Amino acid sequence: MAAVTQDTAVSTGRITRTFIYVVLIVFALFYLLPLYVMGVNSVKPLAEITGGNMMALPQTWTIEPWLSAWSTAQIGVEPTGLKPYFLNSLLMVVPAVAISTVVGALNGYVLTKWRFRGDTWVFGLMLFSCFIPFQIVLIPMAVVLGKLGLAGSVPGLVLVHVVYGIGFTTLYYRNYYAAFPTELVRAAMMDGAGFFQIFWRIMLPVSGPITVVSVIWQFTNIWNDFLFGASFGGTSQPMTVALNNLVQSSTGVKEYNVHFAGAILAALPTLFVYIVAGRYFVRGLMAGSVKG
Amino acid sequence: MATSVTADFRTRLQDWLPKVVLAPSFAVILLFVYGFIAFTVVLSFTGSKMLPKWDFIGFENYAKLFALQHWSTAVTNLAIFATLYIVICTLVGLALAIFLDQKIRGEGLLRPIYLYPMALSFIVTGTAWKWFLDPGIGLEKTMRLWGWESFSFTWIKDNDMAIYTIVIAAVWQTSGFVMAMFLAGLRGIDNEILKAAQIDGASNWQLYRRIVIPLLRPAFLSAFVILFHLAIKSYDLVVALTGGGPGRSTEMPATFMYSYTFTRNQMGIGASSAVIMLMTIAAIMIPYLYSELKEKK
Repeated sequence: MAAVTQDTAVSTGRITRTFIYVVLIVFALFYLLPLYVMGVNSVKPLAEITGGNMMALPQTWTIEPWLSAWSTAQIGVEPTGLKPYFLNSLLMVVPAVAISTVVGALNGYVLTKWRFRGDTWVFGLMLFSCFIPFQIVLIPMAVVLGKLGLAGSVPGLVLVHVVYGIGFTTLYYRNYYAAFPTELVRAAMMDGAGFFQIFWRIMLPVSGPITVVSVIWQFTNIWNDFLFGASFGGTSQPMTVALNNLVQSSTGVKEYNVHFAGAILAALPTLFVYIVAGRYFVRGLMAGSVKG
Repeated sequence: MATSVTADFRTRLQDWLPKVVLAPSFAVILLFVYGFIAFTVVLSFTGSKMLPKWDFIGFENYAKLFALQHWSTAVTNLAIFATLYIVICTLVGLALAIFLDQKIRGEGLLRPIYLYPMALSFIVTGTAWKWFLDPGIGLEKTMRLWGWESFSFTWIKDNDMAIYTIVIAAVWQTSGFVMAMFLAGLRGIDNEILKAAQIDGASNWQLYRRIVIPLLRPAFLSAFVILFHLAIKSYDLVVALTGGGPGRSTEMPATFMYSYTFTRNQMGIGASSAVIMLMTIAAIMIPYLYSELKEKK
């Protein structure tokens, strides 16, 4: 019998093991394939794509498609490339992530350490907001953004993403703080520490890991959002909407290599975060689904 | 008890402070989530066209909605898509998790490969697969260039098959995540139980069927809930991969709602379709969240 490990204690024969490895590797190729195809074809001249094999490495390497996707490709009617939209996304994502995370931390703190009658209901109502189909809020949101004068602007998108992100960030911090010993908070209260003092001195110093989770989750979600960007982006459309416009444009020759370079550009920030902090990314996904 | 007036004020402030801090978020949620839901529900009973209009027409929009061929196509497509998406993601996720749990060399390399698609936008996924599945330039052409002359894969251009290409791309994006959920579940199972069963002479197959999989029930439930609500909300992927086409063959409720509300100026009908979507999700989510929150108390 095998030594104790964290893995299962099931012992398997040689043939079974070979089979398992083959399946695992085939799936790894399945997941990698689209990325490989995009990458390889984004550095080929267009003629090599239309005339050649999509799996082949480029015969002539070129970074022209990347330059074009970034700064000269036709997006909608303007030949601006994706650069301005990348900036829109950044301007939207940074404040939206920061605000929703801070608010979520405070909410989680109140909901676990300053409990009151009906707090579970308050939390339940916030939590349900994570799962609503956003189609149900599109029309009134369009009306309200119009009334506030925020329609088609980056601040408008920030507002939308903060509002529909609070549910998630509150969930994260609430589950995390629930595991933190309430006795410590009580003791600090006895010593005369106030609400914000306790938050600042006791809760925040231990909040590192969950803050990483919350920031990554919000960043990925908001960066990747398409529905709100397409509905309320106006002249400040985010990257996903611009990429879709680039790819779906019906005029002229389809520059596949430029489309791929653009798609990778749109994916880079979240891929980067995933590669650097994948562990936390997974934890965020899990916390959003399994109770904490 | 506080003695001076100022001290009393301070204590009372401390009592109120937590609620004051929570109040803005709660108010925002009440307004922007529940207020907006109410708004859309009310709107669905009006004859709004391009802009909200408050002339009540009862259930007319719902009657029209369910009489629309376009809507029944969307609902049928969603049913096909959601069923296949949930079942395949669960099977692939479970299989990969069980296989990865067999002291696999290189697990640390494989796991992130399975999971990275989850970090991408559906628009990126759609762009990649749209091209890969395009017969003129993607898989079909490559297979022919490699010498398989009769190879044909034209699903994405085929009215009857296009919906399955959305399943392929969606499974590609989320199955790794389901794998991670099951793997976490597997790692939480006590090895002693498995060893005891093996000593009793259980085969591997029996071990998994009778002991491990039943123990994974919470993971199954979470996976189902997550996949279910993702399926109903799926909008971006359809837009990027097929744009609802060819024809209307991949139209879904989410794309239906958008086009009726914003491009066809049938806001009342669009609102009623959004209400149906919400009710479908609520029917699963409310009991789920209720039981989760109740247990925690």
